[in-house]
Amino acid sequence: MNTENKTVKFKIKRQITPDSEPFWEEYEVPWKPSLNVITLLMAQNTDPITNNGSKTTPASYDANCLEEVCGSCTMIINGKVRQACTALVDKLEQPISIEPMTKFPIVRDLMVDRQRMFESLKWVKGWVPIDNSSPVGKGPNISSEEQQKAYNFSSCMTCGCCLESCPQWSSDEAFIGPQAIAQAILFNTHPTGKSLESERVQALINNGLNICGNAQNCAAVCPKEVDLIGAISEANWQATKHIAKSFLGKH
Amino acid sequence: MNKKTKIAIIGGGLAGLGAAMRIAEMSAEKKDIIVQLFSIVPVKRSHSVCAQGGINAANKYTGDSTYQHFDDTVYGGDFLANQKPVQKMCDSAPDIIDLFDRMGVPFNRTSEGNIDRRRFGGTLHPRTAYSGATTGQQLLYALDEQVRRYEAEGLVEKYEGWEYLSTILDENGICCGIVAQDLISMEVKAFPCDAVILATGGPGQVYGRSTNSVSNNGLAVISLYHQGAKYANGEFIQVHPTAIGGDDKLRLMSESARGEGGRVWVPGDASKTWIDQEGKERPCGETGKPWYFLEEKYPAYGNLVPRDIATREIFQVVYELKMGVDGRPFVYLDVSHIAKEKGIEYIDRKLKGILEIYEKFKGVDPRQVPMEIFPAVHYSMGGLWVDDETHMTNIEGVFAAGECDYQYHGANRLGANSLLSCVYTGLEVAGPEAVKFAKNRLKPASETALEVLEKEVNKQKDFLDKLLNLSGPENPRKLHLELGNLMTENVTIVRENKSLQETYNKICELEKRFWNITIPDKGNWANQSVRYAHQLYYLFSLAKIITLGALQRNESRGAHYKPQFPERDDDNFLKTTIAIYNEASNAPILSYQAVDTSLIEPRKRDYSKKSAAATKVKN
Repeated sequence: MNTENKTVKFKIKRQITPDSEPFWEEYEVPWKPSLNVITLLMAQNTDPITNNGSKTTPASYDANCLEEVCGSCTMIINGKVRQACTALVDKLEQPISIEPMTKFPIVRDLMVDRQRMFESLKWVKGWVPIDNSSPVGKGPNISSEEQQKAYNFSSCMTCGCCLESCPQWSSDEAFIGPQAIAQAILFNTHPTGKSLESERVQALINNGLNICGNAQNCAAVCPKEVDLIGAISEANWQATKHIAKSFLGKH
Repeated sequence: MNKKTKIAIIGGGLAGLGAAMRIAEMSAEKKDIIVQLFSIVPVKRSHSVCAQGGINAANKYTGDSTYQHFDDTVYGGDFLANQKPVQKMCDSAPDIIDLFDRMGVPFNRTSEGNIDRRRFGGTLHPRTAYSGATTGQQLLYALDEQVRRYEAEGLVEKYEGWEYLSTILDENGICCGIVAQDLISMEVKAFPCDAVILATGGPGQVYGRSTNSVSNNGLAVISLYHQGAKYANGEFIQVHPTAIGGDDKLRLMSESARGEGGRVWVPGDASKTWIDQEGKERPCGETGKPWYFLEEKYPAYGNLVPRDIATREIFQVVYELKMGVDGRPFVYLDVSHIAKEKGIEYIDRKLKGILEIYEKFKGVDPRQVPMEIFPAVHYSMGGLWVDDETHMTNIEGVFAAGECDYQYHGANRLGANSLLSCVYTGLEVAGPEAVKFAKNRLKPASETALEVLEKEVNKQKDFLDKLLNLSGPENPRKLHLELGNLMTENVTIVRENKSLQETYNKICELEKRFWNITIPDKGNWANQSVRYAHQLYYLFSLAKIITLGALQRNESRGAHYKPQFPERDDDNFLKTTIAIYNEASNAPILSYQAVDTSLIEPRKRDYSKKSAAATKVKN
């Protein structure tokens, strides 16, 4: 096969400032084996020229580890929310369409502001409340099964795919979303983390836990296969117990 | 009136977050210290997430000891590391594992529920605690969670998406603040502070493509070097033996694959030969059968020889013996037999993180077929010079921790020691020492005259304006590519003086061309082009430090290998290289400093046999 003249066609939804109008630009770059969407963005940044030959500016985007473990480069590629680094060009239909996520405030081009995800980790007290870091010996013994379950929840890289795909979530609405719910369950399951269980469950209730409509889009798009459905159902069970307990407590 | 002590931490990886956690904890009662944490990326996305295999700490119940860990680290580093700090680090390691255990890190477990260990390179003991094959991510998250707790209490202020530009020095040359830039609004601002900790990680971008993240640009470190900080052992760059290629980056395939029984091989060719330790000529395996060359050449350590050795062996098999797979520059890293013998569930529990990376990027399942791998630039043993006890740089009030300092790893770092040194230096050394300095300084930074702050802010603004206005014919990204290729070809696994000299001259030429670049975006909002150029500007200085250090070190030690000088030369080079920036010549000036070998007598490294017992230095 003659690969010399083979090219990759792609388009990026641009937006220069948060309050300016978005627009699409199309590009064409030489094909090589093993390209991913990051390499396309690098090519656009190196020679910022559209496919009709007009000069443009490099598209801004977030990316860091480039091996799908930091969560930075989430965007919408051919209509699907995912990381750009693991989006291999040869597996994508062209022209490849690259857009920013829609549920988060836009910063510029493909960059969005995901601070809300880190804020929500404060609401659910997403930590194990150790006394301090002075040595006091080892932690609690944990079975291999418990460890595997915790590892699954703890592999969440705060990428935002689940929130982007959730019909009930948006950054200015009440629903806290699957990402923070799963983290609340992670810490409620830990032998020491448990001590804050009722505060976490109350925070989930206050932040719209019951709004979840069980669409299950979140689990379908999670690149780390975090058990979001399991977490939400566990959270609902914990909430039921919590409400029953506070009800009984009043009598 | 604000009389609180302020400490700025630059970088939110393991070292930075470790320091932030410890300092916030020290201030929890009186609430008298505020940590200002600056990071290019949201801290949870720092490069520490890429560390895969695990963290070392001696488990005394398995015949291991912290002294053995100390000896393995010093021996593995070819005796270039100062020994007292290494010993302290290894002694602290078991407590650090306990702390992470308490913070909820999901370390893999034994059937009883204890923390499991696996073996790593350069040791015969299973010493490495791990969390699947994403241990760095899990450790980072644990610290991120604790720091978030202190942030919620108001003890930590985060500046995510801000880049450190320079340190502000008072009339006595003492640090009294930093200048940083908001990478979205592009605002440049002074932050007065009583101490600074740089924890900005490695400098992988100087090689263009490496296993490092995009954020590992070395900017903060080299900016400080331009302000007079010493840079030590720059020439010691670790090339990791097992990575996979890519146009955007090289992706690590963790040493833990070999720790779990993975084997490195190429198809054997009995018509070719190699010379063993006794000088005997031996065939390169049997034709038509796998040749497990590391196992054959290093019977004691096998596939788990230290990285510098494994890398050179792979390089030799591919380029000198021309035995790369199908004539291409790859060797096999094979874990498929583990999947067959012990099952998919077993191997996934131990290595899923890296197996998925291979599968997602190569489209092939490494549980079924061997992985094709090749060495890649991975880690800098060198970095900012710091005091052995305090981790303060030679700039008073500025500390360094983590990969960006030069301690602990000597001429070659052992696998799973980097997570340890990052946490240890942030949490146990730089954090508390920065507090001590900040509390005892004569003049609080809050009393710094406004002119002093503004002067440094204006200097940085002027420089950024100068960059923004560049409109020449050169392309900054192509220039970076040229620099990266030049460094990768000449200053990695095999180093020749002639090509090092040529490389140095070419770096200077590239640096001249830098001033003819164009910045394709003249805007003032999230302008990544000007930032890219800013980072590139500092990479030339970094490249010069590395190359000149390599040129002047006429010996072979750890990761630094010169065929012209194949032996270690302790008489002349058991010394730390110190680079100081000379502004007039825009070049590093090198000098050498004695290494602390007060605890273990230096001895020859030989991984074909079990390491001879260490001889303690008699005091």
